Amino acid sequence: MNIYSVAYKNLLRKKTRTALTAAGIALSAWVLATLLGFNRGYENGLNRDIDNMGFQVLLTAKGCPYEAATLMLKGGTGLRYMLEDVVKTVTSNPEVEGVTRMLMQGVFDPNKGENGAIAAYLGVDAQTYPKMKGYLEFKQGGWFTDNNAYEAVMGYEAAELEQREIGDKLLIPGLNTEIKVVGVLKRSGTQDDGTIFLPISAVQKIFSKQGKLTGLGIKVKKGADMDAFENRLYDLPDVQVVSMAQVKSTIMSLVTSAKVIVFAIAFIAVIIAMAGVVNTILMSVMERYGEIGILKSMGAMPMDIFRMIWAETAILCSIGGMAGIALSLATARAAEAAVRHFLPYTPNGDMIALDFNIAAGAFGLIVVGGLLSGIYPAWRAAHVRPLEAIRSEGE
Amino acid sequence: MKNIISANGLKKIYHRGSEDVHAVDGINFDAAPGQMTAIIGPSGSGKTTLLNILGCLDNPSEGTLSVGGEEIFGGKNELSEKKLTGIRRRNFGYIFQKFYLIPTLTVLENIMLPSAFYRNCEVCKTPKEVLKQLGIENRAGHFPAELSGGEMQRVAIARALINSPKILLADEPTGNLDSKRADEIKEILRSLASGGITVIMVTHNLDLAKAADRIVEIRDGKIV
Repeated sequence: MNIYSVAYKNLLRKKTRTALTAAGIALSAWVLATLLGFNRGYENGLNRDIDNMGFQVLLTAKGCPYEAATLMLKGGTGLRYMLEDVVKTVTSNPEVEGVTRMLMQGVFDPNKGENGAIAAYLGVDAQTYPKMKGYLEFKQGGWFTDNNAYEAVMGYEAAELEQREIGDKLLIPGLNTEIKVVGVLKRSGTQDDGTIFLPISAVQKIFSKQGKLTGLGIKVKKGADMDAFENRLYDLPDVQVVSMAQVKSTIMSLVTSAKVIVFAIAFIAVIIAMAGVVNTILMSVMERYGEIGILKSMGAMPMDIFRMIWAETAILCSIGGMAGIALSLATARAAEAAVRHFLPYTPNGDMIALDFNIAAGAFGLIVVGGLLSGIYPAWRAAHVRPLEAIRSEGE
Repeated sequence: MKNIISANGLKKIYHRGSEDVHAVDGINFDAAPGQMTAIIGPSGSGKTTLLNILGCLDNPSEGTLSVGGEEIFGGKNELSEKKLTGIRRRNFGYIFQKFYLIPTLTVLENIMLPSAFYRNCEVCKTPKEVLKQLGIENRAGHFPAELSGGEMQRVAIARALINSPKILLADEPTGNLDSKRADEIKEILRSLASGGITVIMVTHNLDLAKAADRIVEIRDGKIV
């Protein structure tokens, strides 16, 4: 028989109230763990997407969307072009290890989705692009035979969505052009999963954009002076320089702003849990006022009573916290699916990255929050004067 | 025989607005080891206030109190709750009209409850010992809701005895019991006194009072 077993049994007196309070704590722990996991997963996903682009600098025509997500958001419009001559200018710089030409095109496909959607095609150089995207592996087939072939390589998700395998034909809507699927990529966890790749010269021909590019990926030599190189690129007319480091830093600063909101919500969740704990424990103390007085008359020191009430708080928060963490682990994939449904762009890979550290952190925050909120009721109980308590009980 | 508890000139004055209420008004009180004392008197006469001061649950406004030769109250300064708790631990057991058993604990656990707050209690009895003494060994695993009023009071007495108190204070111990159960409790208190425990009880039950070694009657805060 010790104070902790007494505390545990005290919680069993009002089972419904204890269960409801624990459920409130569990919900808070669930929100907290899921938000923390989302925060980490989203940040990791963005980092991974940016790192996996395979080049450090992207050159595009001024005002041109430089990746598929923006193209989709703009409804397939707003593309701007650079002339292919830019390749020579760029490769003349000593910092350049290699370049890869890209031409993105989008057409409205009325058969895509419920109301039709933009189908995006990325024309890439069959010789240089695969080298820069060394992490891409094929599930079926391989890259195009040459840059003029009417062939396509489909990202994993694009192939799943279109239900295509190698050898199948793919019709470009509105242009009555058929292309043959020669490769299907394995899942890479990047934006490439949703991309349809075509040889660049074929795209230029199909969309009548000969000699034009929407992007030029530049791989820079190791140890090169990036600032000096980028400054030279800035001097080029009618192009914009997108440094992946800058992109990363810009996106991360946006993510940091989002983080503040996420943490504010998490904080509110903890505050709600704490308010529930204060209410429940204080109510319990008030109901047992006389009994606490008796315990003190039997020789319980103020600190003993404090520990007993605090232990009740700790047990309640631990049970609620563990249930909440278990719930967050069980619903992580469902929450991820919901987030993907509502957000216009989400990075690939696990978006809710719940690991031991996050689970332990969320649990710790809930328990610490609960313990802090238990201080006042425990203090009130510890300072009950036995005589007053017994007398009030008798009235 | 040397008194186990001795009080002189005890006063307890409550301030009710501009009025001073003398709940206990200059009482001298002694009790020897193993003596059973019944304090009687009409409601509001100050008997429970006196019991509370004797049991160190309350500070007197004036007067001295010594327990087991140790002076507890004597100066002007009130003792801290912590000091009073220490004194209560060493000397007293309490039983009340309401039994104050914890409903989610079994009889055994209720009896052991005080020991949850004591570390290294050398004088504490074993629960088995007190269960047997009170004749409730067969109820050890039951919860309070499964007991009769008399049994609940026995459990409360057992709980009060676990720390081997020198003095047992009882406030209306038979107030919630029928006459048959009240008689049982009377016998138990009588046998505890015979065993050397000083029993001081406040009661309206004249039959119980008659079982005491002496009766102290209080009116208006004074012994009459």
